[in-house]
Amino acid sequence: MGAVMGTFSSLQTKQRRPSKDKIEDELEMTMVCHRPEGLEQLEAQTNFTKRELQVLYRGFKNECPSGVVNEDTFKQIYAQFFPHGDASTYAHYLFNAFDTTQTGSVKFEDFVTALSILLRGTVHEKLRWTFNLYDINKDGYINKEEMMDIVKAIYDMMGKYTYPVLKEDTPRQHVDVFFQKMDKNKDGIVTLDEFLESCQEDDNIMRSLQLFQNVM
Amino acid sequence: MAAGLATWLPFARAAAVGWLPLAQQPLPPAPGVKTSRGDEVLVVNVSGRRFETWKNTLDRYPDTLLGSSEKEFFYDADSGEYFFDRDPDMFRHVLNFYRTGRLHCPRQECIQAFDEELAFYGLVPELVGDCCLEEYRDRKKENAERLAEDEEAEQAGDGPALPAGSSLRQRLWRAFENPHTSTAALVFYYVTGFFIAVSVIANVVETIPCRGAARRSSREQPCGERFPQAFFCMDTACVLIFTGEYLLRLFAAPSRCRFLRSVMSLIDVVAILPYYIGLLVPKNDDVSGAFVTLRVFRVFRIFKFSRHSQGLRILGYTLKSCASELGFLLFSLTMAIIIFATVMFYAEKGTNKTNFTSIPAAFWYTIVTMTTLGYGDMVPSTIAGKIFGSICSLSGVLVIALPVPVIVSNFSRIYHQNQRADKRRAQQKVRLARIRLAKSGTTNAFLQYKQNGGLEDSGSGEEQALCVRNRSAFEQQHHHLLHCLEKTTCHEFTDELTFSEALGAVSPGGRTSRSTSVSSQPMGHGSLLSSCCPRRAKRRAIRLANSTASVSRGSMQELDMLAGLRRSPAPQSRSSLNAKPHDSLDLNCDSRDFVAAIISIPTPPANTPDESQPSSPGGGSRAGSTLRNSSLGTPCLFPETVKISSL
Repeated sequence: MGAVMGTFSSLQTKQRRPSKDKIEDELEMTMVCHRPEGLEQLEAQTNFTKRELQVLYRGFKNECPSGVVNEDTFKQIYAQFFPHGDASTYAHYLFNAFDTTQTGSVKFEDFVTALSILLRGTVHEKLRWTFNLYDINKDGYINKEEMMDIVKAIYDMMGKYTYPVLKEDTPRQHVDVFFQKMDKNKDGIVTLDEFLESCQEDDNIMRSLQLFQNVM
Repeated sequence: MAAGLATWLPFARAAAVGWLPLAQQPLPPAPGVKTSRGDEVLVVNVSGRRFETWKNTLDRYPDTLLGSSEKEFFYDADSGEYFFDRDPDMFRHVLNFYRTGRLHCPRQECIQAFDEELAFYGLVPELVGDCCLEEYRDRKKENAERLAEDEEAEQAGDGPALPAGSSLRQRLWRAFENPHTSTAALVFYYVTGFFIAVSVIANVVETIPCRGAARRSSREQPCGERFPQAFFCMDTACVLIFTGEYLLRLFAAPSRCRFLRSVMSLIDVVAILPYYIGLLVPKNDDVSGAFVTLRVFRVFRIFKFSRHSQGLRILGYTLKSCASELGFLLFSLTMAIIIFATVMFYAEKGTNKTNFTSIPAAFWYTIVTMTTLGYGDMVPSTIAGKIFGSICSLSGVLVIALPVPVIVSNFSRIYHQNQRADKRRAQQKVRLARIRLAKSGTTNAFLQYKQNGGLEDSGSGEEQALCVRNRSAFEQQHHHLLHCLEKTTCHEFTDELTFSEALGAVSPGGRTSRSTSVSSQPMGHGSLLSSCCPRRAKRRAIRLANSTASVSRGSMQELDMLAGLRRSPAPQSRSSLNAKPHDSLDLNCDSRDFVAAIISIPTPPANTPDESQPSSPGGGSRAGSTLRNSSLGTPCLFPETVKISSL
């Protein structure tokens, strides 16, 4: 009787053991770790000094010990800067612009390269980067839908409580005006050359592009 | 998270290049000094505590932070040491790994913190030595489970706010599931509970024999037969209520199939069906036997209480989760019963007039004995029977005692889990409230900053309010960023109050005619200053006037409103509006006109020279920015209008 009960209870306990070992999952998660190139190389490739790179990297490493930023982190960061509205769409487009190799994660090199262009690059580089940002599907042309998405994303960042009250077609009007200015041959899309040309014609834009030079 | 945020600030500002080039305060350039050290003893300064080690020690593991060139990013040339802003206590363990080759897990530290440190220094958790590995794994698993529970509770928790515009069905369902959300639901909840109780009590009282009015009647009747009408009415009322409730729940359920299959609905059906069957079945004597049996099912109404009592639900859930233990108990009991019944039967076979007529008859004796009840209706008389009977009762105690602790521990675990879930839910509400408060703090900080005139471009130091000057560098830059976004989209951040006011003002009363002057503009738009891009608005309006195409009436109104408001960004409380700010206003005007480099409405360059003339009869009139040039020449209006709006 006792032997029977003993075997029966051991049968029971075997069923309760976990079927899968979770060690493989742990291994997977810890393997993702990226280390950037050396300081000298980065200094040569970008327009930052060593000190600046150090500062940038320390912050980066603190926030992302694994060495890469993924899209969720981008969205969180932006959400904290713009708590009023929904910054996730714009962060998504930004992420795609930063992630030049389309790998789904931004390494420190990508990060610093983009920053170098935006903060220390020539006007031409900055404009080209901005064009790349607007060109969502990276086909070399900006059409109205892409522009509409970007403008809408920016308006989303404002949030609900704006003054004056945000109307439904404000973004569309924004886009219309933009296209009227940028689209030289009125074919409904803006190419890089049209974009560069239109921006360079506008002194105001040129002037304002210089103003972010010393941000660090 | 302010520290973390500060590190991303350059990124945010750089990304802002994508949408707006505005004048900004120039930051001092960072000094660039670089010295190199070739010592063999490295000093690692972790948050003030200095650790010194040989360079070779660190080089032992070149795939970690300290062993590779990555540590050069943390080198402080001024002091000649590597500075890490991390926990020094944890670093001790990390450094010991380099020294001894074994990574130990600190017993008194949080496992999550330790994990973060390992991730930072590039150490894989598998490096934890054998002595500490078991504990590390266990604690990590425990943590992960607890976090998973937290997330589940978050997702499954009843959201306090129902999305606006939910249908009647959704609201009804929510009222049923969470009775404490509305008063009506609560009332309904208590009413149904009351009727369940009434129904159960009526069932019970029905069978009590009550003395008839005429004591002489020999037969005592149960109350049910004495007052059949009363009991029938009560029964009908209860069943009607239960039926109504069931139908309402069925209507409100988001997934009807799932609802029909759920336990509670089955109980409901079983509770009300006998009544209807009884109605349908004719009062036939043949069938009334079955009919009486059906009445037994009325007792299932008591299970409807499980919606009202959480403890009952926990009990049911426990039994369900202990199904295997219960099964084991049942199985072993059955085995024991069969064995002992057989033994007792054969032991008592010889006796005359014995109760143990067959093995199944002996089952009753075995059950009663094993559960230590001992009714005494069946007793063994032979000596062998008595011996085996005593063995039976002793083993009965054992068999029953074994699975019971498992069931009890399961019950207590589930019960405590429930307690924890309730506590967590209450804490979550407080946490969310606090987070919301902090969030609104940042929002309010920016609005406050605007009200205190922080938006004035490079204003002179003494004039700025103290609170504006005392902002940290980070705050300054953050507010500048928000200001840039405002300029891009030509809308301003505001708080809920002014938003609702504006909303109310726009729809009916927003249709201001063109001829109204500045001062008669609705001033009730709260304390918010300045319309955004007046010149741009004007330009747009002019272009729109030229091209009749796509501008709707609504947007014209918007332009009117935009244009008609005071657009001077100077702070309200200042009286020195006229003189100095106007110069800065000019600058603002220009820069504001560009509106976000590329995205926002770029001003058509061709129009600029044309429109600059009509819009500026005199320096101060730029501030007019209304479509009506007539009111342009009154800069002195502004101080008053400013003050009025500030109310």
